[in-house]
Amino acid sequence: MGFLFSLRHSFEHGVHPAHHKEQTYDLPIQRVPFVDHYVMPLGQHIGAPAKPVVKTGQRVQRGELIAEAGAFVSTALHSPVTGTVTAIEPRRYIDGSFKPAIAIKADPYATQQLPPRPPLDWEAMSMEQFIGAVQQAGIVGMGGAAFPSHVKYAIPEGQQINELLINGAECEPYLTNDHRLMMERPEAVLRGSEIVRRKLGAKRATIGVEKNKPEAIEALKRHITDDMAIEVVALEVKYPQGAEKMLIKAVYDLEVPAGELPRDVGVAVNNVGTIVAIADYFDSGMPLIERIVTVSGPGIAEAANLIVPIGTPIREVLRFCGGLKETTREVIMGGPMMGSPVADLEAPILKGCSGILAFTAQETGRPKEYPCIRCGRCLEACPYFLNPSRLARLGKARLYEQMRDEYNLLDCVECGACTFACPSHIPIVQHIRAAKDDLRQHKGNG
Amino acid sequence: MKQREPHLLLQSAPLLRQGLTTPAAMRDVWLALLPATLAALWFFGLSALLVLLASIAGCVLTEWVFTPKESRTDTLKDNSAALTGLLLGLTLPPGLPMWMAFVGGMVAIGIGKVIWGGLGSNLFNPALLGRAFLLGTFPIAMTTWGAASGPGDFLQVHASNLALPFMQAPPTDAISAATPLGLMKFEQQGTAFTNLFIGNTAGSIGETSGLMLLLGGLFLWLRGGIDWRIPVAILGSAALFSLILFLVDGDKYPSPLFTVFSGGMLLGALFMATDPVTSPLTPKGSWIFGIGIGFLVVLIRVFGGFPEGVMYAILLMNAATPLIDRYSQPRVFGRGLK
Repeated sequence: MGFLFSLRHSFEHGVHPAHHKEQTYDLPIQRVPFVDHYVMPLGQHIGAPAKPVVKTGQRVQRGELIAEAGAFVSTALHSPVTGTVTAIEPRRYIDGSFKPAIAIKADPYATQQLPPRPPLDWEAMSMEQFIGAVQQAGIVGMGGAAFPSHVKYAIPEGQQINELLINGAECEPYLTNDHRLMMERPEAVLRGSEIVRRKLGAKRATIGVEKNKPEAIEALKRHITDDMAIEVVALEVKYPQGAEKMLIKAVYDLEVPAGELPRDVGVAVNNVGTIVAIADYFDSGMPLIERIVTVSGPGIAEAANLIVPIGTPIREVLRFCGGLKETTREVIMGGPMMGSPVADLEAPILKGCSGILAFTAQETGRPKEYPCIRCGRCLEACPYFLNPSRLARLGKARLYEQMRDEYNLLDCVECGACTFACPSHIPIVQHIRAAKDDLRQHKGNG
Repeated sequence: MKQREPHLLLQSAPLLRQGLTTPAAMRDVWLALLPATLAALWFFGLSALLVLLASIAGCVLTEWVFTPKESRTDTLKDNSAALTGLLLGLTLPPGLPMWMAFVGGMVAIGIGKVIWGGLGSNLFNPALLGRAFLLGTFPIAMTTWGAASGPGDFLQVHASNLALPFMQAPPTDAISAATPLGLMKFEQQGTAFTNLFIGNTAGSIGETSGLMLLLGGLFLWLRGGIDWRIPVAILGSAALFSLILFLVDGDKYPSPLFTVFSGGMLLGALFMATDPVTSPLTPKGSWIFGIGIGFLVVLIRVFGGFPEGVMYAILLMNAATPLIDRYSQPRVFGRGLK
């Protein structure tokens, strides 16, 4: 019945997890107080790690540059707090490993106000200056991927962006950070959209929001004025609607060819959080030093939507929310479908961290795995029309090359819809990840 | 004060599940077969129940014997062996000796499932494999049909049901009647549609009531348990093929309605061919598979030596399933564009 959905603003296939958004849906965004110390990992975005420009013992202002982009596909880091650099050394990362980071101790006497700065005249900037400014502001994709945003704006010669697509789908269960942002700061979303749209020379900006966020859709629509070329599209509720290529399919009924980028079909996609970060930077000069994080899940005492300075230890955020319940078995950074497990609560909140979710034995318990009965539910779940059943079978047999060469393994975006849908509880996407890892490593050795 | 830090697990996402399990999916098939089974008890009485129980017992015991001790309770709890037994039982004549039904169950699970590697690995539909074995081994008992009786005769058990192992049924018992398909094949005689629809005809235990089978199939489709393309393709192609023949010679060939509602057509199309393990995974493959079955059924019924061809049609297409799957992969998103 997929053809019905394509007429009703969605992509084909996909799954319908329970939303679980009610826990934080109506909770206004509040600010987490400043804490004692912060950790800024140098490689918290996709691409080359940032290069520190501060020394141990140096005093830094909130919003001050502390590391510059290490390459074009890289971005800058700024101090989330006024204080002193205490160390530049490997620190705990969310996966439990140690990664190079700048540790900053907050100054309890500082006001923590941003140094005032007049708005930047983005209209007068050349495209190069604009791209440089976005990179300088440390802005990355805030939906979770943390891909440096300015790279998306560097359009090769001969290509033209016709459409700017703002991703407000928020298809991951539990998360409400984008919802609250659109609801509470619709002007900022619209303003950021106009900045990016006009700099890219796109004809129109479209904000795609799933229908389960009517207040957000309403708020955005109310604030659109006649001089804006912005449209809000209500999308069917389906996972993974927020996956870039699925959103493009849902909104424009366009299919981005495998191995190509949205810009190859004339579309640029930005998350609403990213768009607001851009608006904030050009309006107030605030680089990306804080973000909205949904803290939720059955293991959280008091769920909340929070503005958290980047670099705040996860433990401090949880403490603000009343700590973890005794029943918590796992903490996830991001959403429950695609997020990453947190190995150490000392690890800091990253730029790409949309949520901190705590789960109990009920969600983390490993259900008994049955043999594949070829029911085909994974095929109907896969938004890429892959054959997850076959991929899992080949994965178990470690026939990784066959998975890649005959069953389009590398097209998989690991959305996990197959694992979600499987009645036999086969860890399908986990087999796929293992296959990809293995192939990557062989490539590295060869 | 430092809060207690629980020992954190590192399970990779997704943590959420649909909530459907394979045993529950099997339970859905059980529920879907309930109307047809009850109709069978109504029409064929206690005899039908005895045959069903014998066939289920054959399946479950064989599964128990041949699975390793560690996973024994698990494989029985997934409901699939008992389901195979029920499906097999529904394809057997109500007067079949119980021991034959039991042996059929043993073959269904032993040769049809376990030697392939258990649940999910078999090429052929186990229930139909068991039935094919019985038809080959006990051709007379398998084609001796009792007429449908009323509820008044519920407690009357065919003496043949209780025949001792390796004994043929006592010939005196035979209140034998011809099935609608037999009448059509050998005597060019039709059967009233209402009887076919309600199930008040001679035939295998679970195949006669078109109404109850359709109800069960509808339920299973609503629960997402079957791929609707397969029954639609089977019934559609069989109806179309027999319509062509019917238009050529209406006296000699059965009408499409008769084709669809007689014999094991509905039981096969709704519950046997849709067995996910032995049918194609891909949507395109399901169409090919279903059309192949519908065509073969009419071919066998009309031109073959047997009055019925559903079983062989499905088994033949089962064998073609891996090939169909291989060449019917859906177009991957973003690939094969102009």
